[in-house]
Amino acid sequence: MHELLTVQAGSKKLLLGNEAIVRGALEAGMSFATTYPGTPSSEIGDNLYQISKETDIYFEYSVNEKVALETAAAASTCGLRTMCSMKHVGLNVASDALMTLSYVGVKGGMVIVSADDPSMHSSQNEQDNRLFARFAGIPMLEPANSQEALDMARAAFTLSESYGIPVLLRTTTRINHSRSVVEMGTLQDPKVKGNFLKDPLNLVPVPMVARRLHIGLLEKLKKLRVEADRSSFNKVEGQGTWGVVTSGVSYNYVMDAIREFNIADQVQVLKLGMTYPFPQSLCLDFIKRVKKVLVVEELEPFLEDMMKVVAQEQGVKIEIKGKGDELLPLYFEFDPVLVKSALARFFQLDYKPPAVEIRSDLPQRPPNLCAGCPHRASYYAVKQALGKVSAVFPSDIGCYTLGLLPPLAAADYLLCMGSSVSSAGGFSKAQDQPVVAFVGDSTFFHSGVTGLINAVHNEHNFTLVILDNGTTAMTGQQPHPGVELTAEGRQPPKVDIATLVRGCGVDRLVVVNPLQVDKTIAAIKEIMEDKPGVKVVISKSPCPLFERRVTGKKQKVVFRVTNECDMCRRCLDELGCPAFTYCEDEAECAFIAIDEHLCSGCSVCKQICHAIKPKKKSA
Amino acid sequence: MESWRIFFTGVGGQGTLLATRVLGEAALLANVPVVVSEVHGMAQRGGVVESAVVLGQVQSPVISDGEVDILMAFEPLEALRAARKCSTSSLVICNTSPVAPFSVSSGRDQYPDVSDMMQTISSQVRNLVAYDARALAREAGSELSVNIVMLGTLMRHAKMPFDEKVVKKVLNTRTKKSFLAMNLKAFDMGYEVL
Repeated sequence: MHELLTVQAGSKKLLLGNEAIVRGALEAGMSFATTYPGTPSSEIGDNLYQISKETDIYFEYSVNEKVALETAAAASTCGLRTMCSMKHVGLNVASDALMTLSYVGVKGGMVIVSADDPSMHSSQNEQDNRLFARFAGIPMLEPANSQEALDMARAAFTLSESYGIPVLLRTTTRINHSRSVVEMGTLQDPKVKGNFLKDPLNLVPVPMVARRLHIGLLEKLKKLRVEADRSSFNKVEGQGTWGVVTSGVSYNYVMDAIREFNIADQVQVLKLGMTYPFPQSLCLDFIKRVKKVLVVEELEPFLEDMMKVVAQEQGVKIEIKGKGDELLPLYFEFDPVLVKSALARFFQLDYKPPAVEIRSDLPQRPPNLCAGCPHRASYYAVKQALGKVSAVFPSDIGCYTLGLLPPLAAADYLLCMGSSVSSAGGFSKAQDQPVVAFVGDSTFFHSGVTGLINAVHNEHNFTLVILDNGTTAMTGQQPHPGVELTAEGRQPPKVDIATLVRGCGVDRLVVVNPLQVDKTIAAIKEIMEDKPGVKVVISKSPCPLFERRVTGKKQKVVFRVTNECDMCRRCLDELGCPAFTYCEDEAECAFIAIDEHLCSGCSVCKQICHAIKPKKKSA
Repeated sequence: MESWRIFFTGVGGQGTLLATRVLGEAALLANVPVVVSEVHGMAQRGGVVESAVVLGQVQSPVISDGEVDILMAFEPLEALRAARKCSTSSLVICNTSPVAPFSVSSGRDQYPDVSDMMQTISSQVRNLVAYDARALAREAGSELSVNIVMLGTLMRHAKMPFDEKVVKKVLNTRTKKSFLAMNLKAFDMGYEVL
């Protein structure tokens, strides 16, 4: 049994924030969950995927976040407690549904988890999704550690159900991916079968219905404001005339700073857990009791602006500061020294941050495509097929974005999931260089396919390379509709990419195995040189990490550089496989070697160089 | 109660996450407040992997530059890169066996001299324990147990709020049966490093 199903109530565990959220949902009797994987939210889905196999709980990896939210919304309308988790940018995709779901409302408690990524550890932007709570008009909870992640996830279902409105559980990377000690509550048997009652005049927001629903939503929010004022997640700690307002992970930095400065008797901390609707009365009380207020929050001045509104509306003259004035930045995540410095400056405390010398002269260690990664072979083939022709490479989101750096240098433009395909169409209409776009299999299903239909319809002119490695590799090998390799063996895909591409109206399509180098180059060259239009190459070869995990297949062969090597360096300069090493012997004579432990036996290097030969892998 | 800020750095595949997990579980067992923060996502792709364990009277999951009490560096170049995290009162435990970054293995960059790097670190911190943990791990049975060897050294050289027996207890429950004997041997070998 999954550990989160067996841990007894009252016992303590060191849980990842994402695990705590899952446990909280189980304690609330959640029975229906959807997600599209994305760091830092992925472990929520991965744990639920395992749990769903051992219980009656329904879980799915949906094809994208909008689909995930709409699927979950229907289940909730049937009275089931549902959860839909995603990374912050996923909520942009789901926002079309979200903005109206708040009007239509829910029956069974529904929690939407948004995992934000300040500092962009693995994201293309660091948008602050707290603004979505206000934009859509839904209540929001912000945990500060794993215990709160559990408690708030559980409480969010009850809150959602009592007001018939989805609740946003907003986390950040340092909450999702930190472990701290959590005391378990009691698991609840979930209600797994719902029923649907027809109610079109409340569930179908045609204008006359939507007008009424919007007013209904505003009434719910008014009541929820009272709920926020008395929420046990909003509390004041400490005493004194200095005020600090904070939420989420920043609370921890504030408390450590207060402890270190030994000023617990001078500072009152308003720690907010339910941050939308904004607890106005509570905040008014707070600003009346202190002389000045520092608001400590990452990214947008969400709480700060609300505090200022409360002060202005109630005519309270008080200094409220946060962003700007050399206090706190609008970008990146915080750390203890940053918060100590802000507190020290604002409250005029004596503090000198540690002197730090950052070495910028050291060799960098950027993440790289793994040895044997078929994406490397695909990029190599496209570059060889193009020869000296310069082309534009719109790219997309996945492991293959790592092909950005030299020597592959195969990414020129990227916005978001699916943008490779649509932007390729724009590039082809706006300028004269040939356009070759790259998209992964999971990303193609997520939102690449709509761009492809658009390109066919509008007669764009580019070659799309679908890098089909048979899994959602970047986020931890989650399945998608085109998956063939499964734990139960090789199966026909539920949705075949080639059939789908043809169904979009693409008449020139070729499927290649990128590990067969010459054949791939020839096939790509031929299709690129064909008459203009939308052309698709499906470059199909499984992610070797995934294949090894699923099939348990043992590698038999590795490759080595023989003494026929003439040091032309093409292997290093054109492939950039991390298994290769440039070495010097004792006589300072240079040679090239392949690290046998890293070599995955893909044989791509052997096909471009006569000096590379196979050998049996030693046990 | 005191506080301990322990920062781990290494390269994808070196087992930094398991090491932080084991230390975190040991703290839970010893009833010492603990927060562990991990970096997921890029770990398997040859990049730098950093994680942190904070123990005692401290609750921030992130450790600022200049505030690390103990730096556990699984790779010498990464030790120097992470030296910004240390102060003159820090203890550094460092594996001296290099893992070349791609810019070095492709011949575009030069790997800095390991003893020079150790000297630089040593001059900036209170104490540096540097040794070839990879060789010890190999001797214990597998190069993959560098992380466990280093945990052994940590429990010997740092004044921790629990002793090495607690960590061994966690190893008993957290490692696969077939690796247990090897891991315990690796831990003991690391513990013997002076």
